[in-house]
Amino acid sequence: MGAGHAHVLYREAASPVHRLAPEVKIAAMVLFTLAVVATPREAFWAFGGYALLVAGVAVLARVGLRWLLLRATIELPFVLFAFALPFLGAGERVPVAGLDLSVDGLYGGWNIIAKGTLGVLASLLLAGTTTTRDLILGLDRLRCPQIITQIATFMLRYLDVLVGEARRMRVARVSRGDDPRFLWQLRGFAAGVGALFLRAFERGERVYLAMVSRGYSGRMPAVWQGAGAATAGQWLAAATVPLAAVSIAATAVVLT
Amino acid sequence: MIGHVQTAVSLDVRGVRYAYPDGHLALAGVDLRVPRGERVALLGPNGAGKTTLVLHLNGILTPTEGTVSVGGLTASRDRAELAEVRRRVGIVFQDPDDQLFLPTVAEDVAFGPANLGLRGAELAERVDEALAAVKMSEHRDRAPHHLSFGQRRRVAVATVLAMRPEILVLDEPSSNLDPAARRELAEILRGLPVTLLMVTHDLPYAAELCERAVILDAGRIVADAPTPDILGDADLLARHRLELPYGFTPHSLPRP
Repeated sequence: MGAGHAHVLYREAASPVHRLAPEVKIAAMVLFTLAVVATPREAFWAFGGYALLVAGVAVLARVGLRWLLLRATIELPFVLFAFALPFLGAGERVPVAGLDLSVDGLYGGWNIIAKGTLGVLASLLLAGTTTTRDLILGLDRLRCPQIITQIATFMLRYLDVLVGEARRMRVARVSRGDDPRFLWQLRGFAAGVGALFLRAFERGERVYLAMVSRGYSGRMPAVWQGAGAATAGQWLAAATVPLAAVSIAATAVVLT
Repeated sequence: MIGHVQTAVSLDVRGVRYAYPDGHLALAGVDLRVPRGERVALLGPNGAGKTTLVLHLNGILTPTEGTVSVGGLTASRDRAELAEVRRRVGIVFQDPDDQLFLPTVAEDVAFGPANLGLRGAELAERVDEALAAVKMSEHRDRAPHHLSFGQRRRVAVATVLAMRPEILVLDEPSSNLDPAARRELAEILRGLPVTLLMVTHDLPYAAELCERAVILDAGRIVADAPTPDILGDADLLARHRLELPYGFTPHSLPRP
């Protein structure tokens, strides 16, 4: 069926960023995002600095600007509210291009959009340079609870199976004349979701049986470590970006 | 080693009865002995209790009455013994998507032996050996959902071969395979130096691979004879809802 060949986010390339161990990249991304979030919103220059850092990593990772921006649109539904803030905000008002906007609201909107965008871009860079498998491995090495990494592993494996099942069920429904274009025709779709849940549930049981048959006793054997864990050099190299971000944040806090 | 009698029986099922919690009697006294190295087909209509019997072989279900021993070891509720029984009985389930749950082929094949406590070079050796046995070595780092159905079934066989089982149990091995994949699997199975129990509706496949066949119906073994004899007995087949494919004549089968 050819399902699951599309890596939505990962971009295969041979760059220094791709070669970094996943745990290093995850740690760097989280730290960078924290620094961004901790920055006072009035320190405009700081956000410029962060944007430069992101751009630098993107260049190193050979990730194109177009690719980044296109995928960054994922945040739009989440920041829509930010566009409303300048109109809804209370307090002091300022005229901008003929509109009477709230100063506090403008700051608030900028705060959400700037921080959100930087966070999304950093996550995109991580996802673009690390395969999903490596991400889970990295989380594992960062001592993320095994239950979470296990669930993620199962999701990675069975998402395509489930999507395939849902697609086959839809084709079968449509082949029998179902054409849910309006809300009141959604009955078939809703029943399909229920059936899909049951199928997934039953599959879960069968998968578990097959695992038990191979000696599973409640804990995954921690064997597959993939390529070697991160070296001190890698940690140092990757630390440059979050350290720069933290110093920018610290300076911004002190100055404002 | 004086006094150490190497048992020549791979599988010894004696008087196994099993009633489901709702009272439905699935197995009504099953006796089955499979000598080491033999290939046996387990035939029977839907609902005859074939899958229930298979789940008894490695202790996932515990018989209400009777015993199951594998290579001289009787399955009990003891954890260590149960683990050993599960190593000795390699079950290949019908849907390879149930069996293959890890992101890559090699990881999945390593799951069973890793549960047995193998690590490092020893584990890698087992994985290589099992993948080579099913001619899937070059696909070791691929994701299961990127493989064809036939390849997935072969990997599923490898996942249990890696545990070096005493007996290999296959549930409908030829289902959903195209003719070429079916033949390739038969070639692989014939070349494996293990005892084999094959649950199937595919009578020609049974004739091709197994010298002996048993029919399970209504929870009882109702026939046990060389496969050509069973397939040649039209009355017996008809009584137990088994049918040969159109145009297939068992008289042309080579006699052992």
